[in-house]
Amino acid sequence: MLPSDLKPEQFNGYPSEARKLVIGYVAALQRLPLSFLPSLLREVIEYDFKFPAERRALEKELANLNSLSSKQIKDWLQGFAHIRLSSQLENFDWVNAPSQFVEQLSSHLWTTHQLDAFRTAALAYADRLRAVAPPEPPPAPRLGVTVIGQGVAAHDEPLFRKLRAQGAYFSGVKPENGLDLLLNVVAARAKAHPLPYAHWYIDGGQAALHDPALTCVSYHALEPVRAALSAKIRAEIQRPGMGPEALRTHLARLRPTDLGLAKAGDAVLDRFQVKMLTEGSGTQIFSTTFAQWTAREALRRAQPLTLLVRFAPRQRQKPMNEMLSASREVADLDPLGSLIDADMGAYYNWLNLQRLTGAEQSSFLVWFEGHNEAIAIGPSLPRGTESNAAAGLDQLLSWAS
Amino acid sequence: MHRARQADTKASTPQEVTRHLAWTRREFLRNVAGIALGSSLLPSSLLARTGIPSSKRKVVVITFGGGARDQETFAPEGQENIPHLMRELIPQSAFFTQVVNRGILGHYVATASLATGVYETINNFASLPPEHPTVFEYFRKDLKRLASDAWVVAPSNGFNRIGESSHRSYGPGFGAKVILPKHLLTAATSGGGPDYEHLLRDNYETPFYTPELGGGEFELQQLGMMLKLSVDDFKAHALTLSSPDELSVYIVRQLMRQQAPSLLWITMHDIDIAHAGAYSLYIDGIRRTDRLCADVWKTIQSEPEYAGKTTLFILPDFGRDSDDDSGGNGFQHHRTGDALSRTTWMMALGVGVKEGVVFDRPTESTDLVPTLGSMLGFSAALAQGKPIPELL
Repeated sequence: MLPSDLKPEQFNGYPSEARKLVIGYVAALQRLPLSFLPSLLREVIEYDFKFPAERRALEKELANLNSLSSKQIKDWLQGFAHIRLSSQLENFDWVNAPSQFVEQLSSHLWTTHQLDAFRTAALAYADRLRAVAPPEPPPAPRLGVTVIGQGVAAHDEPLFRKLRAQGAYFSGVKPENGLDLLLNVVAARAKAHPLPYAHWYIDGGQAALHDPALTCVSYHALEPVRAALSAKIRAEIQRPGMGPEALRTHLARLRPTDLGLAKAGDAVLDRFQVKMLTEGSGTQIFSTTFAQWTAREALRRAQPLTLLVRFAPRQRQKPMNEMLSASREVADLDPLGSLIDADMGAYYNWLNLQRLTGAEQSSFLVWFEGHNEAIAIGPSLPRGTESNAAAGLDQLLSWAS
Repeated sequence: MHRARQADTKASTPQEVTRHLAWTRREFLRNVAGIALGSSLLPSSLLARTGIPSSKRKVVVITFGGGARDQETFAPEGQENIPHLMRELIPQSAFFTQVVNRGILGHYVATASLATGVYETINNFASLPPEHPTVFEYFRKDLKRLASDAWVVAPSNGFNRIGESSHRSYGPGFGAKVILPKHLLTAATSGGGPDYEHLLRDNYETPFYTPELGGGEFELQQLGMMLKLSVDDFKAHALTLSSPDELSVYIVRQLMRQQAPSLLWITMHDIDIAHAGAYSLYIDGIRRTDRLCADVWKTIQSEPEYAGKTTLFILPDFGRDSDDDSGGNGFQHHRTGDALSRTTWMMALGVGVKEGVVFDRPTESTDLVPTLGSMLGFSAALAQGKPIPELL
């Protein structure tokens, strides 16, 4: 089926809010190339489970497409129109399974050497969309905080090497009650700007006591979900004919209730947490990977005003089957390796924060938990500097803002 | 693919990024390893330079383990991870800074492309042979070499078909023997057991899935016949090793001593643990691969069958995603198809290779097989690439 054949009733299988949204735009969707449309529908079908920032962006994108004349549509999407598709893709049920279509499209683009052309078309489209429907500026400057090195008594290598050029390195930080202090700062911001999903606390281990106004995701709290997922993976890979692509598709279809999350929970957050485990690579086995990927996706999707990420020691590397096993034995931890993972993760948190609107006003802090070292980055802090002055984390944050 | 997120990529064209990458690699190497900018004009032919006819030459190819980025290798901040390459191997090598892979960036299909000189389009995760003749088939058919003269040592069960294509004019009977050390260890230990599990990690691109074997895998009984290793010795030595690539290099040494193949292809894989997202393990993998490459070079120099008549090639199958591309997640994957993930390097050292020179003109991954053909005296008739004149 081609987009020109679309009818409103074909969206009957969509969740209620997504269906309401999309049927108002069927005429606009009919004009879009097939190499483009399923990528858009992949977002639409998830509309009910999207964060507010994502919803607003999708609404703007649909409204913009609707407002374009046929000539403008051709102009905007000409790169996509030149992508050659197979009859297999054309016959795929891309309305009801857009994600699976996009997976197959990706494989088709690689195989037919059209990936670069698709990439160019996607960049051109995104540039134009951003020009006419720019992302919203944040209502207050954003703050990112990353806490690394839990459980590490000492280490030899210098920390924050990737970030030092961006801000000020402090070697006289007062570590007392550091985590509580940071959580209090984050909670105060949540009270000052009470917006849904705008203030996050992600913990790679067990979450510390925190204000309920924060959106909290922790690796420890998801242990039953991870165990359920591991059991499903083990069962699936033993089925005859199961391959990596089929397994990936199967995992992508899992819903929170399939993995034991209660129906009465926060549907948006539960769906987000499940996606971290079913679509992230390594998130199921390494807590450091989970914390980094969850922070990346929270920033990309929810575009929060505040993000506190605390890394915890991950399990030591073992064979994959063993790491996925249902063993209840206490995992052998690798604190030093986790510190290196988290140091890089902090850099990625900063990079991803920089990709959001208002980046030039945002501030960022990384603290080596329980120790005297931190780096602070912000509009009023000189870059590439060092200080050994005694200072609390609250002072560093105030200097960085 | 993230539609709107891709807009964050820097404005430079892929070609500009590729050229810049090659230039910075060259500068790093000139500054640190003290090597000079090379010219494509060499004084004489390979035979004249070496005095060794192609029939006596040997070639060892190492694919550098799943792809590593410059910032963790050749850039100033990464050089601490590759001390052996920087101090021992690069000063002796001809180094190509701009080797572009225009194919599919999956490890099996990309390695198959390296081995055929054609951008293969086979399913990366299926147990399928390459569709075009491999370098092993050209080598054996054209030069009438025995099966024991071309070997592949590969890391993952998914590579068991790499030695022989499905091409009707070549294919069965002309390929390389393939050793999968992990498969061998599993067989020797009747399924592995807890003492060996750290050596049996498989494909990191699909960490939950290990393909079943079918086709020309190395049979256990050949452990004794071909490698002159008893099962007990093999098991005992394996206990001293820490990774699958260490196991591979152990097998390689044994193979060089016992069979001395003229064409030996080793695929490293430890670095690809990066897919699990743990940066420290990725760095450990790079450091280990660096050490193992030097170990293979030392073996080449110390084994009488190889010393003075062997050319060693080291190259990644491709790179990894850059930190700047918001569609990826930095070092973890190679999914964006950006210039950084496509632009790699290659070093050649040993017989006939001018030492300590760097070439920054563009070459392609597919140029390797025609180059090997020109060095060893066979025609890579169906390969897409071109011989690299600086090595001939």
